[in-house]
Amino acid sequence: MIAASLPIHRPLEAKLLVVDRSGSIRHWKRSKFIDLLRPGDLLVANDAATLPASLSGQHLPSGQSIEVRLAGRRSLSADDICRFSAIVFGAGDFRMRTEDRPLSPALAPGDALALGPLRAKVEDVLGHPRLVSLYFEGSPDEIREGLSRHGRPIQYSHVSTPLALWDVWTSIAGPPVAFEPPSAGFVLDWQALASIRARGVEFATITHAAGVSSTGDPELDALLPFDEPYRIPESTALAIRRTQEHHGRITAIGTTVVRALEHAAAFDGVVRASEGLATQRISAASRLRVVDAILSGTHEPGTSHYDLLRAFTDRTTLSGVDQELDAHAYRTHEFGDSVFIERSGNRNEAAITASQEPL
Amino acid sequence: MTNDWPPNPLAGLRVAITGGTSGLGLALVRELLSRGAEIAFVARGREGVERIARQNRAAHGIVGDVSNKNDIHPIAIQIVGALGGLDALVNNASDLGPVPLALLGDTPCEDLERALATNVLGPFRLTKALLGALASSAREGRGAVVLNVSSDAAINPYPRWGAYGASKAALHHLSSIWDAELAGDGIRFLSLDPGDMDTPLHALAVPDGNASELKRPETASRELADAIASVLSGRGRSRGTGTEAVKETLYDSREPANSPSPGSEAVGG
Repeated sequence: MIAASLPIHRPLEAKLLVVDRSGSIRHWKRSKFIDLLRPGDLLVANDAATLPASLSGQHLPSGQSIEVRLAGRRSLSADDICRFSAIVFGAGDFRMRTEDRPLSPALAPGDALALGPLRAKVEDVLGHPRLVSLYFEGSPDEIREGLSRHGRPIQYSHVSTPLALWDVWTSIAGPPVAFEPPSAGFVLDWQALASIRARGVEFATITHAAGVSSTGDPELDALLPFDEPYRIPESTALAIRRTQEHHGRITAIGTTVVRALEHAAAFDGVVRASEGLATQRISAASRLRVVDAILSGTHEPGTSHYDLLRAFTDRTTLSGVDQELDAHAYRTHEFGDSVFIERSGNRNEAAITASQEPL
Repeated sequence: MTNDWPPNPLAGLRVAITGGTSGLGLALVRELLSRGAEIAFVARGREGVERIARQNRAAHGIVGDVSNKNDIHPIAIQIVGALGGLDALVNNASDLGPVPLALLGDTPCEDLERALATNVLGPFRLTKALLGALASSAREGRGAVVLNVSSDAAINPYPRWGAYGASKAALHHLSSIWDAELAGDGIRFLSLDPGDMDTPLHALAVPDGNASELKRPETASRELADAIASVLSGRGRSRGTGTEAVKETLYDSREPANSPSPGSEAVGG
């Protein structure tokens, strides 16, 4: 696939590859994705706004330049904003491929970091020299001001111009808790929401603190996605129940929505209004209990997002998808084209088979 | 509020107010706090923001300039981050245009640009950045309302109020269109004229006016808070009625607006 290198949310020519329950593949115009939904269906999106989570600054003990990328937090509570897990790089910025970024100076608990107006301390190194737990000094309001003024959106080298916050916020962005954009949601605008209503499809949101998609280090990448806090409002839990009662389909916009809903339903298959911390990996072995279809970006094999798609359809079908994406020049990454994959009709059987395969 | 019946729709309401360190904005911060709302307020000057935040410990003070597009998202992050969501936005910060007031022919283009940036583009951008949070609040059944502070100068062509009046007219019309477009998403828009008030903005416009003849911003802030409460408690009602009724009430409560003189022109906060 080709990297989408311009921060345009809804290019007119955006493509959508559609996989139905039987595994057959069609090519669709993404602007027509609403035609794939049926009256009585429910569409669920992640309303997290994206923080400017890349903070440049200095490792004070060594005096060296660093870039900190905030990568996780334990809860979505407004006051719980002092402590983050973070990935630390040495000098440089997004223009250099993440894989080529130099390591930061060796970090030790207690090290002070100056990040623009913010001061943070390394609390702990989390089993990898790049991954740390940081504690920010100051009141929650002061920390939010420092982040929002000094931070920049986390960015990768496939987009060459610096991203602004409006480039990474979806139309429905609300609580500023995501570290990278829940980019499947770029497909939505206010016209789409009106058209969805007009079609008799319900729309609901969850808030999920989408984490980083790449760390530049295979060992760390293998740990993705990190734990992500989420919140499911009562109105969304009710909409899910209503839809299930009349056998409508539940379509998740993006992998984060799948992760949150399936985590919430893990106990007994019922999604309740809740706040939680999604810790699970979704892959071929996972049995989906809530989500019937996913609208997502295109993902490359080997990533955790790609693994998640295996929960929807089997390996053979996904290989066919990969070939079609290449053959039809689909674009990938956060501003790229999309896929719509309906959970395969024999998915439960497939999950049992898949769980016996070596992963 | 000691009475819990009828329910006070402002209790726990998450409200953001721009221009919150003086005049009508400050009165609204105090009024809404006293009625149980959770408040984030925005103003340009750090010193003023810190002073008002010290006086009102429960309120979150945010330094930012709505006329600067690079400030909008940092402001939005701080509002929604601090309040954990947003139910009401009051676009109150306003720029008068040329000071002293001037005929349009004598108005520097830069003064018109600044008035438009503060009174039209700023509220537009901030509203747009906060629309997602407001829509989520509406879906969760909390209601969502945007109050744009207007002026009778938005309707009446008062000489020497051209920059201000034209910008407020644009804001007024934007409000009506937003309201029509977002009714289905459950977000309501109000455009209300608070009347001629004893505020710093009015003093700039009419330096030799008699303050004792003007409405107290506290009075106007009570009326505006009532208007927000009324829209929220009527949120199950068919659209149109709530807004119009409130708008008319507030316009009616003003001094007669048909005989403008240098001492009686109305300004919004």
